[in-house]
Amino acid sequence: MTAGRRRGAVTRAGALPDTSAPGAEYDVVVVGAGVVGCAVARELARRPLRIALVEASGDVGEGTSKANTAILHTGFDAVPGSLEARLVRDGQRLLADYARETGIPVEPLGAVLVAWDEEQLAALPRLAEKARRNGHRTTRVLGAGELRAREPHLGPGALGALEVPGESIICPWTTTLAYATQAVRSGVDLHLDCRVEKADPGAPHRLITPRGVLRARYVVNACGLYADRFDALFGRRDFTVTPRRGQLIVFDTFARSLVRHILLPVPGVLGKGVLVTPTVYGNVLLGPTAEDLDDRTATGSTAEGLAALRAQGGRILPALLDEEVTAVYAGLRSATEYDDYMCAAHPALRYVTAGGIRSTGLTASPAIAAHVVELLADSGLVLGAERPLAPVRMPNLGEAFPRPYRDAELIARDPEFGTIVCHCERVTRGEIRDALASTVPPGSLDGLRRRTRARAGRCQGFFCGATVRAMFEEAGHPWPER
Amino acid sequence: MAGAVNRTVDVLVVGAGPAGLAAAARLAAAGPYRIEVLEREQEAGGVPRHCFHGGFGLADFGRPLDGPAYARRLARAAMVAGAAVRTRVSAVGWSGPLTLDVTAPTGLERITARAVVLATGARERPRSARLVPGTRPAGVLTTGELQQSVHLYGVRRERLGRRAVVLGAEPVAQHAVRTLRGAGVEVVAMVTEQSRGPRRFGAVPPPPLLTGARVTELLGRGRLTGVGVSRLDGRSGVIRCDTVVFTGDWIPDHELAREGGVPLDPGTRGPAVDGSFRTGSAGVFAAGNVLRGVESAGAAAGEGRGVADAVLRHLAGAPWPLSGVPVTAAGALRWVAPNRIDEGAAGRAFLLRVREPLSRPLVEVSQDGRILHRSQLLGTAWPHRSVRLGAGWARRVDPAGGPVTVRIGS
Repeated sequence: MTAGRRRGAVTRAGALPDTSAPGAEYDVVVVGAGVVGCAVARELARRPLRIALVEASGDVGEGTSKANTAILHTGFDAVPGSLEARLVRDGQRLLADYARETGIPVEPLGAVLVAWDEEQLAALPRLAEKARRNGHRTTRVLGAGELRAREPHLGPGALGALEVPGESIICPWTTTLAYATQAVRSGVDLHLDCRVEKADPGAPHRLITPRGVLRARYVVNACGLYADRFDALFGRRDFTVTPRRGQLIVFDTFARSLVRHILLPVPGVLGKGVLVTPTVYGNVLLGPTAEDLDDRTATGSTAEGLAALRAQGGRILPALLDEEVTAVYAGLRSATEYDDYMCAAHPALRYVTAGGIRSTGLTASPAIAAHVVELLADSGLVLGAERPLAPVRMPNLGEAFPRPYRDAELIARDPEFGTIVCHCERVTRGEIRDALASTVPPGSLDGLRRRTRARAGRCQGFFCGATVRAMFEEAGHPWPER
Repeated sequence: MAGAVNRTVDVLVVGAGPAGLAAAARLAAAGPYRIEVLEREQEAGGVPRHCFHGGFGLADFGRPLDGPAYARRLARAAMVAGAAVRTRVSAVGWSGPLTLDVTAPTGLERITARAVVLATGARERPRSARLVPGTRPAGVLTTGELQQSVHLYGVRRERLGRRAVVLGAEPVAQHAVRTLRGAGVEVVAMVTEQSRGPRRFGAVPPPPLLTGARVTELLGRGRLTGVGVSRLDGRSGVIRCDTVVFTGDWIPDHELAREGGVPLDPGTRGPAVDGSFRTGSAGVFAAGNVLRGVESAGAAAGEGRGVADAVLRHLAGAPWPLSGVPVTAAGALRWVAPNRIDEGAAGRAFLLRVREPLSRPLVEVSQDGRILHRSQLLGTAWPHRSVRLGAGWARRVDPAGGPVTVRIGS
C-alpha cells in the first residue's frame, strides 16, 4: 500500500459512515459493484478523492458480471464507429495488460466462426470486412478441410469458418474482484448489502439506503440491469433495459480436449446462436440462449432452454453430450432499445450513467472506466493529481497457469497449500483460508466459489461441501439465509 | 512436477474406502511387499465414515456395525497387517504408466509402483448433472454432503432447513430421510419416478411418498422455496420446501482412471475390467464402486479382497492379458460387469443392472449368435440393485470369437 494512503472500508451491515457534515460527503459515489462499477471505482482511486462503491447485493459481481460467457473480445463484430466498438477495442488491450499485471487468468485461444450452411458461409467475407473496419486485419477464411484439421471433433456439415485470432477466454470473477480489491486497497469504501432506494439530487446528492443516507458530490450509475430505474431517481428517462436471458451449460473438464478454439456462431437473421468455448478453469461452456424477458431477476434455467442448448451443442460438437454436466446457470444481459452502450454525462446534475453495457462489458470495462472518469471531469469534477494504485496480485484460478497444489516451494513454506479440500477442482485449505481473510472477503459460499473454485466441480459438494461450509462458518461468516 | 520426491512401492492403492482398505489388508498380510494406500480425505474409511446406520460388517467381521465403526475396523485391519495408510494425500495425475503424482501437506511426490489399484469409489450425480432446471438457491444437497454435514460437522436443523424433499426411494434415500429427521428437519415428501417406494421404513412412519413423479424445477432466490413436481399422468404442482436432497444416481469417480488413459466401459462408466479386476492398462487394477457406482460396502470390500489375490498373482509374474472378449449389455440392461472375459480368469459372478423394474425377466447370454446361457430370474429386477449372474457359462466362451452379449427382457 502506498505510504499515507488510507485503505478503504468494506462493510456489509451497520450504519454507513456519517457524511452529513459539510465537507464530509463523498466526492463520488459509484452505484453498482459489477465489473463496470468496480472498474470505475478503481480508476477513480488513482485520484485524491473520497470515493464509495455501493452495491445492493452481498458481493461484488453478483449480477450480470458473474454469469456470462467469459470471453475477452477483440470487438471484431462491433458496430463500426460506435462507442462500444471503441471501448471494446481499447478495453481489450487494457484488460489483457491488467490481467498480466495482476494474475487474472487469460488464454488467447482465438476464435473460429463456424458456417453450417451456404448462407452462413456467404456471410463470412462480410464479417471479415466488418472486422477490418473495426481495426482487425488478421481474420482469415478457413476452408472445410483446414477447419476440420483445426477442430477435429466438430460435427458433420461444417462448411468453413472465419478465423479471428486474438479472441481470448478470461476469468470474469477474478477480474471484478481484482478491480474491487485494488480500489479498496487504494482507499475506496465498499458498502455491500446497501441498496439505494431513493435519491435526492442536490448539492450534495443524498442517496437513501436502508443503512442510512450517503451524501455525494457526484454520482455514477453502474447499475447494470437496473440502470434505467436508477436514472429515473435522477429524473432521467433516456433508455429502457430489457433483460435478455442467457442460459449456459458447463461441461466437465474431460470435454476440454474436444475443443481448441472459441467456436462462435455466425450471426444471422435468426439471432446470434450459441457458442462452444473452453473456460480458463478447464471446462467447456455451451450457450447462451437469448430470451427477452420482463423480470430482471429471472436467472433460472428452463427445461426448454437446456434442451435447445443440448440440441445445438450436439450438432456443433457431438461428443460433448457424452460428457457429464458440471453446472447450469443463466445470466441476464442488459439490452436496451439502442444498438450501443448508453454512457452519458449530465453535468448540471453532476451525474454520469454507464448503462446498456451488454455482453462485451467485461472486455470493455477498463475503457468504460476511463471514459466515465473523463465524463466526470467534463461535468466539473476536479480529479486532482494522479497517483499510483496499491498493487494487487490475484490468486490464480486458471488451469493454464501454476496452481498451488502443484507448487512444491509454496507447500514447503505453508503445508496448508498441500492439503486439497475440494478434490474436483483441487482447491487447497490454504487458498480457502486466504480467500476468507482477503481484502474483499466472500459473504456467501457462492462468493467463496468465485474466489477459489471450491465446490465448483463435478461433484458439486458431494465430497467437499460440508468441509468447505465448515471453513466458511469458522471464519466468522454467518450462514447466509438470503 | 518440479520439486517432487521420487519414491517406489510394490503396490499403490488409491482410495481408502472399503475396497482399497480390504485390498491393502490382504496384500500386506500376504507377503513382504510394501503396500501404500493414498486417501485424500482426513480420515480413512470412505463413504461408511458418514453412514450412521447399521448394515455393515456382518460379512467382513462377523458382527453388525454402523458405518463409522466399520470404517475404523477396515482401516485398523489394513494398518495392523502392515500397509501404510496415508490420509490427506491426493493422487493428482500420472507421470508414467505406473507412476502417480501426489500432493500432500508434506510436499509433492512421484510414486512408482509395480501395481496400482484404483479404488476411488463413486459419487451421486448432483442436481446440475441431472439437468434439473430452475434457480440456483442454497439448500440443494446430495446425500453425501448431507451426511457429512450432519454426522461429521454436526450441522443442525437451523442451518439445514425446516422442510425437506428427498428425491429417490432407494435405500440411500431412506438414509437421507433418517439423517434429516435426526437433525430435526421435517421430510415433507419423498419423490421417485419409480412406480413404488420402499416396502418397509423401519419402525417409523415413512414420509409422504410421491411415486411416478419427477422434479421439474427448483424455485427460490437465495434460499430454496419449493420444487415443481410433475406426475407421469400429467398432473403437476409445487411442494414448498427449503431443502432438497438428490439421492442415488451414482457415477464412478473415474477421474484418475480416465486421466491415465485406462479404458472405461460405456455402460458402467467405470474402468473396464476382467474377472480379475485387471484393466486395459498393464499393471493397473480397479475394484469397488469405481467400477460401476454403488454396491454395498461389504460387496466393495469383497472385491478388494478379490483384487488383492489378482495383484499377488501379478506380482508373482502372471502375464497381463493383451485382449479378451468384451462383454456387452443389451435389451433392458444398463450395464454388465465385469466387462471382459480372459482365458483363465477367475469365475466371479457377473453383476447386471436393468434400466427399469422388470418382473421375472429372462436373461440370455450369447456369442456370435450362439446361446451360452438362458434363465428366468425370480422376483423383480430393480434399477438400483444388481442382479447376480453365475459365471459357469464363461467356460464356453470362444476366446477367438466376437463380443459376448448379455441381454435381459421380459
